Amino acid sequence: MTVPLPYRVVSNRAETSDTRTIELCPVGEALPSFSPGQFAMVYAFGVGEIPVSVAGLRDGTLTHTVRRVGAVSRALCEAAPGTWVGVRGPFGTGWDLSAADGGDLLVVAGGIGLAPLRPLVRAALSSPGGRGRLNVLIGARTPEDLLYREELGGWGRPYCGVTVDRAGPGWSGHVGVVTTLLDQAAFSPRETTAFVCGPEVMIRATARELLHRGVPAERVRVSLERNMHCATGHCGHCQLGPLLLCRDGPVVGYDQAASLLAVREL
Amino acid sequence: MKRTGLLAAVPEGPRGRLMELSREVSFPAGTRIFEEGGKANRFWVIRSGSVSLDIHVPGRRAVVVETLGPGRLLGWSWVCPPHEWHLGAEATSQVRAWEFDAAEVLSLCERDPELDHALLSYVVEVIGRRLRAARTRLLDLYGPYGSEPEP
Ligand SMILES: Cc1cc2nc3c(=O)[nH]c(=O)nc-3n(C[C@H](O)[C@H](O)[C@H](O)COP(=O)(O)OP(=O)(O)OC[C@H]3O[C@@H](n4cnc5c(N)ncnc54)[C@H](O)[C@@H]3O)c2cc1C
Ligand code: FES
Repeated sequence: MTVPLPYRVVSNRAETSDTRTIELCPVGEALPSFSPGQFAMVYAFGVGEIPVSVAGLRDGTLTHTVRRVGAVSRALCEAAPGTWVGVRGPFGTGWDLSAADGGDLLVVAGGIGLAPLRPLVRAALSSPGGRGRLNVLIGARTPEDLLYREELGGWGRPYCGVTVDRAGPGWSGHVGVVTTLLDQAAFSPRETTAFVCGPEVMIRATARELLHRGVPAERVRVSLERNMHCATGHCGHCQLGPLLLCRDGPVVGYDQAASLLAVREL
Repeated sequence: MKRTGLLAAVPEGPRGRLMELSREVSFPAGTRIFEEGGKANRFWVIRSGSVSLDIHVPGRRAVVVETLGPGRLLGWSWVCPPHEWHLGAEATSQVRAWEFDAAEVLSLCERDPELDHALLSYVVEVIGRRLRAARTRLLDLYGPYGSEPEP
């Protein structure tokens, strides 16, 4: 859908000091349903439009977790219930959960990267299917920056681990980069599909470590972020080498992404 | 028990000779295993539990920079001069580990080139990995501007 439809903010709650989760409900006609990993273009009237992943899917409503970094994300974070926004979508390739059939599933998230992975984890938990073990590894900057705290207890069979860059008083959990949690996870590398989302440096470090452990590159699925404008494959803003990430991504295999991520941007 | 980390990296023969020098030890949660600047004359391979590595910050409580779990090597400062711990270590839960005396291991290495090579290659890899992790964290990865493109 390339024309924005009006949606109403039905709830807005704080996740962390700079991140909020908003729930949107169609005012009239609804967009086609989204799948995990896909994104919407959300327009804050009079301010602008940004790509935001779906962080939750429940019949008709769209949930987004937004971190305040600039004008549009701030406007969305501040949108009180009742506010109207414009939404286009669904866009992008999404996480293909069925790719993990017949093997273990590894979900690795850094920071706000956990938002687009949440619907994937929920889908995996609600339809165990023919998959093996589910491991969820989460890296956050500090314990206070951790998203969806109340939900994490039910994730990860057998393992859901959280590590922080900087511990504060009262944190007795793991400290260090997210890749150090891999030692705790139980998975057979050759039969594992990994879904990775976070800052690009974290994606590279995680993908390299997974490859080193024997996970095939095409089974390491990463979500890449570029500036997006049209989201329909026309303007070229989101180009990464031969890919237009709004159309060919944001989720791509690391076999394809590795060489593109090594190219310095101009 | 499945071998991971150091014990998986050292081939069977030299591993056996190395393990003859090991002692089983355990540390209750909260034990300070070593302090920054102290003499680095031992090292451990963690069997169970976890250990936090910390750095002293004047006027504040020590800042934890990394956590090590089962299979991981605890301590590499014994490998090279000045043989002083770079960080402090504290058991964050009940820890069971194999303890090695660095002087005994280094003297065995002098007589056993196969062990020397395997052990030092592993230690270099660990140092490399921890250096990479430290650099990645210096980028303040998950911070608000962490994913900005390079200037
Ligand atoms: C496919 C896709 C999915 C996305 N999903 C989400 C999501 O679920 N939740 C979410 O919060 N964001 C998400 N983003 C990022 C979001 O689109 C940007 O944060 C947003 O475009 C910033 O717009 P702005 O107008 O608020 O800030 P701008 O005014 O454009 O930027 C302000 C400052 O923030 C920096 N900045 C911009 N974006 C980011 C960023 N992502 N991280 C860190 N610094 C940034 C800029 O470099 C600039 O310095 C996604 C992006 C893409 C491409
Ligand atoms: S955002 Fe315009 S081509 Fe992708």
